[in-house]
Amino acid sequence: MRGLSTFLYRRPALYLLLLLIPPLLWFGTVYLGSLFTLLTQSIYAIDEFTAKVVYEPTLATYRQVVTQPANVDIILRTVSMAVAVTVACGVIALPIANYMVRYASPRARALFYVGVMLPMWMSYLVKVYAWRLILAKQGILSWLLDTVGLGAALEALLRIPGVGGPSLSASYLGMFVVFVYMWLPFMILPLAAAIERVPESLLQASADLGARPGQTFRTVTLPLALPGLAAGSVFTFSLTLGDYIIPSVVGAPGYFIGMMVYQQQGTAGNIPLAAAFSVVPIVLIMIYLTIARRAGAFDAL
Amino acid sequence: MTAAIEFRDVSRVYGDVHAVDRVSLAVQAGEFFAMLGPSGSGKTTCLRLIAGFETPDTGSVLLNGRDVTADPPYERDVNTVFQDYALFPHMSVLENVAYGPRVRGQRKDLWQRRALEMLDLVQLGQFAQRRPAQLSGGQRQRVSLARALINQPRVLLLDEPLGALDLKLREEMQIELKNLQRRLGITFVFVTHDQGEALSMADRVAVFNRGRIEQLDTPRTLYTRPGTAFVARFVGSANVVTGELAQRLSGHAQPFAVRAENVRLRAPDVAAASDAMTCIGAVADVQYHGAMSRWQVRLESGEVFAAALADTAANGDFTIGARVRLEWARADAVPLGSAEAP
Amino acid sequence: MRYRAWNRPSLGSRLAAYAVLAFMHLPVLVIVLYAFTTADRTYEFPPPGLTLHWFAAAFARADIWDALRLSLAVAAVATLFAIVLGSLTALGMARGSFRGKESITVLLVLPIALPGIITGIALLAAIKGARLDPGFWTIVAGHTTFCIVIVYNNVVARLRRLPQSWIEASMDLGADGWQTFRRVVLPQSATALLAGGMLAFALSFDEIIVTLFTAGHDRTLPIWFFNELFRPRERPITNVVAVVVMVVTFVPILLAYRLTRPADERG
Repeated sequence: MRGLSTFLYRRPALYLLLLLIPPLLWFGTVYLGSLFTLLTQSIYAIDEFTAKVVYEPTLATYRQVVTQPANVDIILRTVSMAVAVTVACGVIALPIANYMVRYASPRARALFYVGVMLPMWMSYLVKVYAWRLILAKQGILSWLLDTVGLGAALEALLRIPGVGGPSLSASYLGMFVVFVYMWLPFMILPLAAAIERVPESLLQASADLGARPGQTFRTVTLPLALPGLAAGSVFTFSLTLGDYIIPSVVGAPGYFIGMMVYQQQGTAGNIPLAAAFSVVPIVLIMIYLTIARRAGAFDAL
Repeated sequence: MTAAIEFRDVSRVYGDVHAVDRVSLAVQAGEFFAMLGPSGSGKTTCLRLIAGFETPDTGSVLLNGRDVTADPPYERDVNTVFQDYALFPHMSVLENVAYGPRVRGQRKDLWQRRALEMLDLVQLGQFAQRRPAQLSGGQRQRVSLARALINQPRVLLLDEPLGALDLKLREEMQIELKNLQRRLGITFVFVTHDQGEALSMADRVAVFNRGRIEQLDTPRTLYTRPGTAFVARFVGSANVVTGELAQRLSGHAQPFAVRAENVRLRAPDVAAASDAMTCIGAVADVQYHGAMSRWQVRLESGEVFAAALADTAANGDFTIGARVRLEWARADAVPLGSAEAP
Repeated sequence: MRYRAWNRPSLGSRLAAYAVLAFMHLPVLVIVLYAFTTADRTYEFPPPGLTLHWFAAAFARADIWDALRLSLAVAAVATLFAIVLGSLTALGMARGSFRGKESITVLLVLPIALPGIITGIALLAAIKGARLDPGFWTIVAGHTTFCIVIVYNNVVARLRRLPQSWIEASMDLGADGWQTFRRVVLPQSATALLAGGMLAFALSFDEIIVTLFTAGHDRTLPIWFFNELFRPRERPITNVVAVVVMVVTFVPILLAYRLTRPADERG
């Protein structure tokens, strides 16, 4: 054993190789391999008549994705939802993250951390399902709004195109609420970590120089916590962009990118189209990542 | 006689930086050897090269005549006391001290007994079952000492072990370590940036600067006869005279050093002693250090000279702004080698 | 200490913070409530009555048990693979720099950075391309990939906090690489490993997004659940299953949190 230990000690490169080859082999074949397969599929097209894949490289499928108005609609719809959700999560996360880090007593802070972390790791489907129940026509939210007399307001809201739908549980508004709920922890945690990294002495200096808590927050904490916001936004953006379950369960009739992908590979059997569609979020996320990196997100991840 | 430790033209390079630049040295068995220098000078890297945590890029490291350059740390008859003590928090003090024997497969009753003996040696017998986190800094230091010595190494390496202790404790530990080394008779190699520590404890000191050894000598020689400007300034802060001033005062261009305590202050009109070097200036600052005071005198040519003198009534005349004549014996001017600025 | 008089929060911000916290937990409580309702067709609120009947009914359903068994088996195997491969990766990446290290870091972020649907459809494309039959092992393959990332993140964070001097001290005292690993590195990182494993287990047990693509005809519990969302046969049974899933994933998550609490509480 010692001989082997010394042998490897003298050859750090070999030791490193032995450690990393099994996992990299796995990653390479399973993950990268499948990504590569996906990309190659996207440059093929489906023959309209035989409904079979024609294995000849072509850009026809991509053209289909970016030119057909229905498809463009889908992309725009998904992106605007992703942006709206990201903004909302950022706005909601700021006060709670700031409170958690700066004002809560040590015991309350522990409570907050667990309280934010737990929903993050809890079952995705259960959470979606819970919202379906809450938003249902006779569910809690309707009952609540009716009791306070806001029932009519809800109906009016639901009639707005692009925001509403047949019912709350089948509307863009409902979808928006669910998205925000689901990804909120992903925004709060990196943001809280970034706020924590702002040295308390800076806040004390600001107060010493005459700023009120609100001003200090806006001029000192916020700019310095931007990397945390950027990191959180990466999650909210990319998770919303690619989700296909929430739009199906709590969704208005309009399609989202994820749903297209799921549907095209399923019943339609049009893998090339599904692949081409899925390249769109990849590209968008890569662009977003480079922007976010400039805002310092990678240091806060 | 075979040296306990020998470096032959050893270099350790990180990218463009020569942390250790072709260093050769020999440490004799039973010696208390100090490696002194500012941070980044290469002294700690040399220590790590002896222990085996680093491998030299060129040259060879020999322990007791044997080339150990390729040997891992666990095959060298060397033990280290780390700067942060590196005690394992998930083991008790006893288990920490007994770590060496344990990994060599010694029987439990044997290592328990030996570890307790070592703990008694450093007067920590009653802390055997505690965890390191429950001990003070000074106590942790003694545990790490016991942990290293239980293996009866030929060489003990100490990486700035007293840095984290307060002054009183540090002075006590200096005496304890010196006694320990004398009693055990093994070779101690001690790394420090504190020149007072090195001078008071070591038999010989190697002064490091930018990866090289500028001078390797006994403490007395280093102090009275520094070889270079760097050593002169680092060990005991001497005045280093170069260029035009050196030419004017000594008659030739070679730089020289004068210890502050060899410089006397005189009123400008009093005649100079024969065979003395002298120059005129104005007192810029006076610092009171108890028994001695330190005068900073600015010469007409701009250089600042330091004079360290007893706090007597006569010297009290030389207040800030007063014109004063500096004087020292020609013999006290030590010629220096390459006058590199530190 | 952060609770200072000069820095007292306004009532508004305190309310807002607790309101958001409550918002994040209410839906879960709702589910639990609905598991006891007597109404079997609607989601009406308030529930007409409370009963334990649906728990018994769920217990009797064989398809639920099958799905549960499959989910547990997949989670166990995927977690095992993830622990092994994730630890190896962490050990290799914890220290030092070498060519390609940054690329590997990016690679290890991808399964989480890219939406699940991408992973899902990519795996499906690969499965079809290799003319494999989707089934137990394809599900495991998909889960293992991101479970590796979870374990890796936990372990590497812990390994990086381990002072290098401890490892050097151990070797200095006579322990070789393997002994140092066994006596110093492993005890110090065991909790991170365990926590990573538990999180991976919870994640795998709950996974739906990728599994829908890789499962073929097999049904894990989340897949069963997903189907029920669209063609519910007995709604409250779905609620019961939801409660069960919550409890099953709640335990490892809480344990993982306790295990990775900051070191100052562990001495």
